[in-house]
Amino acid sequence: MGNYLDATAADQKKMLDQIGVSSIDQLYSMVPEQLLVDKLVLPEGLSELEVRAAIEELAAKNLIFKNIFRGAGSYDHYIPAIVSQVTAKEEFVTAYTPYQAEISQGILQAIFEYQTMICELTGMDVANASAYDGASAAAEAAAMCRDKKRRCVCIAATCHPDTIETLKTYCFAADCELTIIPATDGLTDAAALSAVGEDTACLIVQQPNFYGLIEDASSLAEIIHQKGGKFVISCNPIALGILATPAEVGADIAVGEGQPLGMPLSFGGPYLGFMACKTSFARSLPGRIVGETTDANGNRAFVLTLQAREQHIKREKAASSICSNQALCALTAAVYLSAMGSGGLREAAEQSAAKAHYLAAQLCAIEGFNLVYGGEFFNEFAATTPVAADILLLKLEKEGILGGYPLDYHTILWCATEKNSKYDIDHLIAVIKKAVSRCS
Amino acid sequence: MQLIFEKSREGISQSILPVCDVAKYQFAPQLQRQTAPRLPQVSENELSRHYSQLARRSFGVNSGFYPLGSCTMKYNPKIDEEMAALSGFTAIHPLQPPRTVQGCMQVLELTGKLLCEICGMDDMTFQPSAGAHGEFTGMMMIKAYHRLRGDLGRTKIIVPDSAHGTNPASAAMNGFSIVNVPSAADGCVDIEALKSVLGDDVAGLMLTNPNTMGLFDKNILQITRLVHDAGGLNYYDGANLNAIMGVVRPGDMGFDLIHLNLHKTFATPHGGGGPGSGPVGCKKFLADFLPAPVLYHTCCALDFAAPPQSIGKVRAFWGNFLVIVKALTYLLTLGGEGVKQAAQNAVLNANYFKSLLEDDYDLAVPGICMHEFVLSLERLKKETGVTALDIAKGLLDCGVHPPTIYFPLIVHEALMIEPTETESPETMDEAAVCFKKLYKLAYKDPASLHNSPQTTPIRRPDEVAAARNLRLRYRF
Repeated sequence: MGNYLDATAADQKKMLDQIGVSSIDQLYSMVPEQLLVDKLVLPEGLSELEVRAAIEELAAKNLIFKNIFRGAGSYDHYIPAIVSQVTAKEEFVTAYTPYQAEISQGILQAIFEYQTMICELTGMDVANASAYDGASAAAEAAAMCRDKKRRCVCIAATCHPDTIETLKTYCFAADCELTIIPATDGLTDAAALSAVGEDTACLIVQQPNFYGLIEDASSLAEIIHQKGGKFVISCNPIALGILATPAEVGADIAVGEGQPLGMPLSFGGPYLGFMACKTSFARSLPGRIVGETTDANGNRAFVLTLQAREQHIKREKAASSICSNQALCALTAAVYLSAMGSGGLREAAEQSAAKAHYLAAQLCAIEGFNLVYGGEFFNEFAATTPVAADILLLKLEKEGILGGYPLDYHTILWCATEKNSKYDIDHLIAVIKKAVSRCS
Repeated sequence: MQLIFEKSREGISQSILPVCDVAKYQFAPQLQRQTAPRLPQVSENELSRHYSQLARRSFGVNSGFYPLGSCTMKYNPKIDEEMAALSGFTAIHPLQPPRTVQGCMQVLELTGKLLCEICGMDDMTFQPSAGAHGEFTGMMMIKAYHRLRGDLGRTKIIVPDSAHGTNPASAAMNGFSIVNVPSAADGCVDIEALKSVLGDDVAGLMLTNPNTMGLFDKNILQITRLVHDAGGLNYYDGANLNAIMGVVRPGDMGFDLIHLNLHKTFATPHGGGGPGSGPVGCKKFLADFLPAPVLYHTCCALDFAAPPQSIGKVRAFWGNFLVIVKALTYLLTLGGEGVKQAAQNAVLNANYFKSLLEDDYDLAVPGICMHEFVLSLERLKKETGVTALDIAKGLLDCGVHPPTIYFPLIVHEALMIEPTETESPETMDEAAVCFKKLYKLAYKDPASLHNSPQTTPIRRPDEVAAARNLRLRYRF
């Protein structure tokens, strides 16, 4: 019903006259007649009021959980009110990629500030303006490390399964080998890594890993560097509020999923792939990069720079085809980090860890619930369950609780953030106890 | 203008989180970071003003006319934003049990169905996050298709010289070598040149139609047939679909797979460079190769499953979901008739705007255009020294976002102009006055154009210095 046109029938007539044709159909005279479609099988257009009702009805078919104890790559952190207010500004929402620097200083500066914050979080020197998500950012990082001699990419089995799957796909595309380094007790097996060949381009490790455990990244860095390969860490940006940075443990490239920095769960997207590296890698970093310079009057100015790397200049010789990225999500992360500040981020990280450890202690006090792995964890941990995972989770669902992510029939990956109060955790534990006693 | 770090003051903090109600967990010192990240410490007031100031130094479709060729900068409806912000979507964890996310799955299914009908395709994935990501995915499906048939010699992808840079780059990421075919004098594919490169080493052709010259290739059926006869597949770059949706379908033109840019054609905003969404549609015979997972119906609900020959995942989870909600809202608003009207008026507006400019400026190719057209400023440059870049910068002083410049590469001093359907004739009339004024100025006072813009937040930046002396982050 709507079409958002800004022309009356009289306007259209006037325009056709000016063009010198008698009908709009005439403008399609180049299209072979047999190709013109008569009428598509599409619904009739709706008014705004009707569309709202239709979409709200779809949204209402989803179940919103009151309490979430599930992470596994998507984390329910608190988002300060200012974040959505700022990111809803029309000048940010409706702009294209800032090609025209003179009228895009706002967006360019916002990205420059974002790049700086990512560098501060990761300890790296250079960050790009974003990649599609954490998984594809890891795949792009692998491409940065590959060359003619070093074709093989290694990835830790303890990475998020979607990251591993994405790497498989990208490696199939690039006709290069992917080796999955197995784990022992939930952590990357250093001995297995030591056995990789001389053609290894890089190792990708997730920190904390998929099971929530903190990997011994420094040791892994040492081994992969001895092999002549690069070390890529995929990190949780909230954890970087307290845990050692990729730079401190010897990573060459840091990537990660930026969703925890102010983006709602949103059924998996849009999220934010962040990428940062050492200066020596700057020219092989894919995607947009904003740099500082001066204008004709000597004033501070920001521009998209190092464009000679990119597809619109290099075409088939470009290392990546990325063009549109996740700019508004990068802005979201920057506003989030500015609102939280260094202290606020640290607090979010510490509280997430504290709640997860409290949850683990309470949970493992119940018979049949035990930590699967012995290592240090951040805000996620795998625990056994004496009742079948799906049955337990269904009981929780009835109480409005999204329990942890079931890894298998008797193992659940639990997660806590600063949003889970002690009261909520105690309630969760009470529900679990009840469920266990009923089932046994 | 000051950076947020320069506004930071030690000791300023915001009250966002409560006091922790459980015991703190102490990590061993060697697990902790040695120094705190230097994030800004600003009040909420300062933060709010900072970004308001940045917004004032930005330019979106809401700020003014934005005829950026190939980017389809149409108006982004507000209802789309509100629907994507519903908590029934934003509060949903991607790994909730399928039973609890039927609404999200129905959004994907319904949007896929509507878009397949518009494109003439049979199946679709929403995993790709942007147009180039869609191209990368589509090229991989072509690769997997030939591999499965044991047809290993097909290593080449044909790309016209007028193509978007992402086309050859996405094909090359899949290990294909690129064969460029020149355009004929009329801006369309040179059929003889195409014939000469077709053979049993060709995996496929990447084409956008209408092409980047804004022309519908009248030989399209012959082109796609030639590629099919040689054993290749036809890939449609949907960047220019806005000209033809509801009028003619890529699937009927002989294309086997396609990517769409929801952030162009289907009115979802560009966000200053994303998030976009680049769904890939395909014909039935390719559906088994789609990225995993795809939707399927169980007895009573929707669920995810991997297609048998799936290329795998191209990112985590299911795609830029909220962008898809926006596109669905737009599609339901337009309906079949609105979709066609949007395309028709995009073409009408482009031809109208062209007619206002063609007395002064030279067209790259004469005649009727589709949703966009290309000017060549080669003569103007020769006669006055004023370049496409100068005219673009002059437009900034008029409050008009410049067209795409220096693209397509086959046109010298190109200005590529796409008004879109949501602009009024009055807006185009006013913009045409600016274009004409600048044209006259080029002859009268070219120096003033070399020195433009004068009224923008900054003057022309020194891009050479930016690339030479890299300053890619704030130095504290």
